[in-house]
Amino acid sequence: MQASLDEIISRYKAGSRESLLPLLQDIQIEFGYLNEEAILRVGQHIKLPSSKVYGIATFYDQFRFVQKGKFHIKVCRGTSCHMHGSLSILREVERVLNLKEGQTSRDGRFSLEAVSCMGACGSAPVMNVNGEFKTAIAIQDIAQIINFYRSTI
Amino acid sequence: MLFDIEVNGKTIKARREDTLLMALERNGIKVPTLCHIKDLLPSGACRMCVVEVEGRQGLIPACSHPVEEWMKVRTHSPRVIKARKTNTELLLSNHPDDCLYCERNGNCELQKLAEDLNVRERRFYGKKNKYKTDPSSASLLRDPAKCILCGRCIRVCEEIQKITALEFIGRGNKTQVGPAFNKGMNLSSCINCGQCVMVCPTGALAEKQYPALLQDALHNPEVKTVIQCSPTLSVTLAEEFGLRAGKDIEGVMYAALRKLGFDYVFDTSFGADLMITEQATEFYSRLKFGKLLPMFSSCCPAWIKYAEQTHPDLLENVSACKSPQQMLGALVSNHFAPLAGMSADDIYSVSAMPCIAKKFESQREQMTHKGITDVDLVLTTRELARLIRLNGIDIEQVEPELSDQPYQSRSTAGKMLAVSGGLTEAMIRTLHFLITGKETTQLKIQELRSGKGRKEYFVKIGEYKLGFAVVNGIGNVEPLISEIQKGRTDIHYIEVMACEGGCVGGGGQPIHPEKNNIKARAKSIYELDEKESNRFAHQNASLQSVYNSFLKEPGSELSLMHLYTTYEEREVMK
Repeated sequence: MQASLDEIISRYKAGSRESLLPLLQDIQIEFGYLNEEAILRVGQHIKLPSSKVYGIATFYDQFRFVQKGKFHIKVCRGTSCHMHGSLSILREVERVLNLKEGQTSRDGRFSLEAVSCMGACGSAPVMNVNGEFKTAIAIQDIAQIINFYRSTI
Repeated sequence: MLFDIEVNGKTIKARREDTLLMALERNGIKVPTLCHIKDLLPSGACRMCVVEVEGRQGLIPACSHPVEEWMKVRTHSPRVIKARKTNTELLLSNHPDDCLYCERNGNCELQKLAEDLNVRERRFYGKKNKYKTDPSSASLLRDPAKCILCGRCIRVCEEIQKITALEFIGRGNKTQVGPAFNKGMNLSSCINCGQCVMVCPTGALAEKQYPALLQDALHNPEVKTVIQCSPTLSVTLAEEFGLRAGKDIEGVMYAALRKLGFDYVFDTSFGADLMITEQATEFYSRLKFGKLLPMFSSCCPAWIKYAEQTHPDLLENVSACKSPQQMLGALVSNHFAPLAGMSADDIYSVSAMPCIAKKFESQREQMTHKGITDVDLVLTTRELARLIRLNGIDIEQVEPELSDQPYQSRSTAGKMLAVSGGLTEAMIRTLHFLITGKETTQLKIQELRSGKGRKEYFVKIGEYKLGFAVVNGIGNVEPLISEIQKGRTDIHYIEVMACEGGCVGGGGQPIHPEKNNIKARAKSIYELDEKESNRFAHQNASLQSVYNSFLKEPGSELSLMHLYTTYEEREVMK
C-alpha cells in the first residue's frame, strides 16, 4: 500500500532543515516524482521557503518533477556510452516516442530520462526500460524495442 | 587592530576582521566586483575581484578572503587583468547582444566591466538558452536571458528582506534564477519591494513600464492628465540629473512636469497629510475602545502584501486607511474632477513614486471604483527622470513653480513619510492634538531618526501611555510580530516600511544607491521639517478646506467611502 504524503513527512522532525534531501528522496521513492504539493508541504514542515526547496531539488539530477510513464526509459549518457554513440540513440528514442528527455508522454505510457552512468560500460551503448537492460543497442533496434512495449499495453 | 600588508609594492594598513576587499577599499584601491553586496556575507561566485597573492598558486577572490599579515598582494597585475577580462568575456558569451535596446543601457555593470576591461571582440560563443520574460507581476519584469547568475537578487530577498521569493533553479549551464516551480512572480511570495531591481547588475530585473500609454494620454486633447509626486521624489530626482544627493528640487520638479504636458500637478504630501489625519483619528478611536491594538500602518503596499500572505490573522490590526497615493487618487476622481467640471473617466491619473510596489497597489481590486482605477499609472523615480530627459527639459534652467490647487499646501509632517520613523513622528504630532487639544512642543524625536532597522519610542500623551515601534526593511518585522504574538502589550502603533531607510531607499529610486545618498535624502527631509513653518498634518490649509467643503471630518461617511480600504488573505507559494 502506498504511504501518504503526510505519513512520509511525519517521519521527519518539524523544522529540521537537514532532513530536506532524505525527505524528498522518500517522497520520490513512494510517488515516483515530486509534485508541487509535496514541495510546498516539505517546505512548510522543515521551515524552508518553497523557492529554496524547489531550487535545491532541481539542482540534483535524481529528482523528477513530472510523473513517470508506465514504461520509464533511461538512456545512458556516460562516457563509454557516449563514445559508442549514445547521443544518436537518445535522439532516435526521442524521435520514435515524440518526446524530449525529461518528459512523459500525454497518454502516460512512456517517459524518457538521460542518465549519467548505469554501470554497464562494457556493454555500451545501454538503455534501460523499467529496470530491464538493453545492451549494445544500435539505432535500428530502437523502434523495435519501443514497439514491443507499446504492444504490451 | 591594525597591521601592515603590502599591496602593489606599497604598504597599507589593514584591520584584523577585514576581508581583503574591505582593506583595499579602505585604502582607496578599487577592485571590480559583480556578485558582491556590501554588508552581506560574501558569496565569491563571480571571481571578478580576484587578486594575486604572493606564495599562492591560484588567484584569490578579495571579497571573501580574510586579510592576513603576511600578504603581498597585486591587484592589477597582467595575470589578474587577464583573468578578469576572460571572466567578463565568458559572462558575455551567452548574453544577448541587445545593449542598445536594453533598459539598463548606460547603467549596466556588465557593460561597464566589459568597457573597463577593454573587451572589444567576442572570443567565446556560448550556448544560449531560450528563455521567456516573466511579465506576470504588476510591478516587476523578469528577463532571465539577461541574468548573469550573480545571485545578488536572491541574497537581498533572502538575507535582508527575508522573503526568499527567488532562488537558483537547475544546475550547470541551464541554471536560472526564478521563483518556486519557475512560475510567474505573481504567484510567488514576492512583495514587490523592488530591492532585487536595485541590486541587479544587468537588465534581468526591472520595473514594469508602459511609456506608450502615458505618451498617448499626454498628447490626447480629450484626456486631462493629473500627476502626483511622492514626498520622497523632490529630494531624489536631482541625483538622476547629476546634482547633489538630497538636493530638494520640489518647485523645479512641478515646473518640469507641467512642461511635460501634465494638466494638473499635485503633491502626494497632501495625501500624506490627509492619511495622517485619518489614521490618527482611526488610531485614537481604537485607543478609546481599547480594541484592535497594536495598529499597523498601511501606507507601504509591500508590507500590506506581506501581511496578507503571511499574517492574515493580523489584517484587522492593520489600519484601514488607504495609502497617500490612493487617498489622493480617490480625491482626484471624486472631489477634484466634479470641482473642475470633469468626469473621473476623462482624467488620466498618474503618480510618481520611489517604489515599484505602488504599481501593484494601484492595480488592486480594492483600489478601483466601478472597474476604474483611481491611479491609472505609477512611474518610478527612474522612469520620471527618463521622461524628463526624453522631452529635452534642462532641469537646471527651469524656474520653480507651485503645485496646483485645491491640494496645494502641505505640512512637513506629510513630507516626512519619505523616511522611516517619519510617519510615526507625524502621527504623534496629530495624535497629540486629537488627545489633548493642544500642539506638542516636542517635535523632534531623536529615537525615531536613527538608522536602525527597528526603533521604539515610549511617550505619555494626555492620559495615555503609548508605545510606538518603527520597522524598516521587511526582514525586521517578523521578530516584532512574534514578540507581540507572545503577549507583548506595551506597543500600540507600528509603522512598517518594507525598504531599508523607508521610501528614500525604495525600489523605484536611482539604481545602485550609495548608502550615503539615502542618508542625504533623509537629511534633506528633516531639514525641511526644521525650516518650514507648518509641521502639523492637521494644520494643512488645503486639507482643512477639503474637510470643510467635502469630507466634513476625519472618519466621516465620505471619508469611509473614499479613503478607506479592505484587505484580503492571499494564497502564495511561500
